[in-house]
Amino acid sequence: MSDTRLSDTRSSDMRSAHPARASRGLFIAGGEIVDSTGTRRGDVRITDGEVVEIGSDLDVADELVLDAGGCVVSPGLVDLHTHLREPGDELAETIETGARAAALGGFTAVVAMPNTRPALDDATVVGSVLARGARSICDVASSATITKERAGRELSPMGELHDLGVRIFTDDGSCVADAGVMRNAMAYTTALPGAVIAQHAEDPALARGGHMHEGDWSSRLGIPGRPAAAESVIVARDIELARLTGARLHVLHCSTASAVKLIREAKATGVAVTAEVAPHHFTLTDAECATFDPLFKVHPPLRTAEDISALIEGLFDGTIDAIATDHAPHPAEAKDQPFEEAPPGMLGLQTALALTITQLVEPGHLSLEQALALLSWQPAAIAGLEEHGTVIGPASPANLCVFDPTATWEVDSDALASRSRNTPFVGRTLLGRVRHTVLGGEPVVIDGVAQR
Amino acid sequence: MRHLLAIDDLERSDVEELMELTDSFLEVSGREIAKVPALRGRTVVSLFYEDSTRTRISFETAAKRLSADTMTFGVSGSSAAKGESLRDTVRTIEAMGIDAVVVRHASAGAPQRVAGWIDAGVVNAGDGRHEHPTQALLDCYTLRRRLGPSLEGLRVAIVGDVANSRVARSDVKALRLLGAQITLVAPPTLLPSSLRGWPAEVAHDLDSVLSDVDVVILLRLQRERQSEALFPSLREYSLRYGMTADRARRLGPDALVMHPGPMNRGVEIDAEVADGARSTITEQVGNGVAVRMAVLYRMLASGGTDV
Repeated sequence: MSDTRLSDTRSSDMRSAHPARASRGLFIAGGEIVDSTGTRRGDVRITDGEVVEIGSDLDVADELVLDAGGCVVSPGLVDLHTHLREPGDELAETIETGARAAALGGFTAVVAMPNTRPALDDATVVGSVLARGARSICDVASSATITKERAGRELSPMGELHDLGVRIFTDDGSCVADAGVMRNAMAYTTALPGAVIAQHAEDPALARGGHMHEGDWSSRLGIPGRPAAAESVIVARDIELARLTGARLHVLHCSTASAVKLIREAKATGVAVTAEVAPHHFTLTDAECATFDPLFKVHPPLRTAEDISALIEGLFDGTIDAIATDHAPHPAEAKDQPFEEAPPGMLGLQTALALTITQLVEPGHLSLEQALALLSWQPAAIAGLEEHGTVIGPASPANLCVFDPTATWEVDSDALASRSRNTPFVGRTLLGRVRHTVLGGEPVVIDGVAQR
Repeated sequence: MRHLLAIDDLERSDVEELMELTDSFLEVSGREIAKVPALRGRTVVSLFYEDSTRTRISFETAAKRLSADTMTFGVSGSSAAKGESLRDTVRTIEAMGIDAVVVRHASAGAPQRVAGWIDAGVVNAGDGRHEHPTQALLDCYTLRRRLGPSLEGLRVAIVGDVANSRVARSDVKALRLLGAQITLVAPPTLLPSSLRGWPAEVAHDLDSVLSDVDVVILLRLQRERQSEALFPSLREYSLRYGMTADRARRLGPDALVMHPGPMNRGVEIDAEVADGARSTITEQVGNGVAVRMAVLYRMLASGGTDV
């Protein structure tokens, strides 16, 4: 099917004032369907926001046809870790622009992180994020803080926030350092079905003043370091607290070999712990900091080649449950500073799938199905997003990602939908390109172009 | 030489060339009218984001002796705290039409970033804990003046807060480039967490190395490190790592004692040693001007020499 035909059939009702997700049927033609039940070839027919039929060589009715030739049709990707910056830092990102970047990256749901200004620590702020998210082209689930103002002392109103649908509680950006507070937060969530405490595991006393991984490179460059032990001591402590309380613990952006080992052992002894890894942590090492370019500054920091090997092993053997972006936009002026003064973080939504394919699938570390489990149905399960990451079949919600796993593309700064540009991957050629994203039956991305 | 950002960027031949150039500028400094027209019409701006009297004055004196116009852009605190990005600041200064900027900054790599943003030459006058290349060059030059042109096999101990010292990082590289053997002497808490790839031995006991070294470079101890629990007290530091008169007597007869300044007398060095015959401390300051003249000259002079 030609692109011309696509644009011909893209009728104006897709852009109508009321973006009804199901105004017209959708037909995804000729893809290979991959979900948690396996892989098979087939067309997908979608009506009223749901998959209605799967089969080979189905007849096309009066439907918008999305060509999926040579492509994988998977459940939409789910990001457990997105900084949308709204409210408070709209110069860096808004819910609208972040959601657009997410949709272009193949995501149909993201979990908004709570380190906004004000922080997502009460029902009013969370409610406004959810309301704005509902108008965007990606489902936005809201996390909320563990403690008021992320200050690590008093608990946020977790029960009230849970009633609003919040499942992931985290002070991300800050670690809950006080073990007593952490214990109580965990214990409290055991009364809230589906709730999980997600920790930014870096002991502030060990990481304080540090700007990159502590090791050979930090010593050489004279940049104060954040040791791997800052992560592992908190992971070890929190695992014991999860064991003590019976709570669910999720380790955010796990970056070290020692943390992977701790999580593996904890799972083997029945602790309810899950973990995620960010694409930059399995792609880049601390050696990049020799450029002194703060595009490479992230917290936790880029680690060593040995850590990358351990992360990949953990992704392969199920120790790690999810790949999460830690999409962290910052305006250009924030990164036009010396390394030690610039804020940490890099974009991730539009490169996560391609980095996963390029770094993990293509070299043979993971199968494509494993990669999609880590990017879609496993994170959906952690966040309790029942409409996402589902098996693709009759009556399943039509939240889908269609991507060409063999297409290469160069990351182009101008093609980033984020309000920010802080990614070191600009200019890199990556494998695996998103073609279409379908949200609730609406084709929100067609041939790599966001539809609204 | 377009910039001087780190000793890493230099070859041995570059350092030796700079040393020879420094000889001629030291001669200029000794003249009755200590000034040559080499950089007339050139403008050198000092951009100091960290308080520094000696380095700033040394660079400005060097530039003035070469007849360059000099300006100082003093900023206390970070560029971020001022609400302007470092990039905007340096591009503004460059728009005024300057030839070189001398950058002192509390963050490692700041001069390298500046060099990426502007066309003017950039000299690193100390960046965080990273490098202080002109200090290392003047240390090497001072040793050559004292000991002759070859530093091959010279045994040098660098004592103190290596972890937080840009002087140590530059000295290790520059001295090694010229063939010296280096031993770092410090408690483990004041050494970098990794020394892989460092061309240096490590000792924790100063007394054990005293008789085996030709030169001792003492690093300034930042008093606030005590509150970070990196060592118990200034008293204990001085007891174990201070260059006391007693320790100085146990050095070889011709051994030299160096300090980049400013000194904490009574902490890392006793007054008697600082002012004694082994000390090169005042010479280091004088040589610093000539070394910085050589650096600015190499960066900015066009055509032949008219020294």
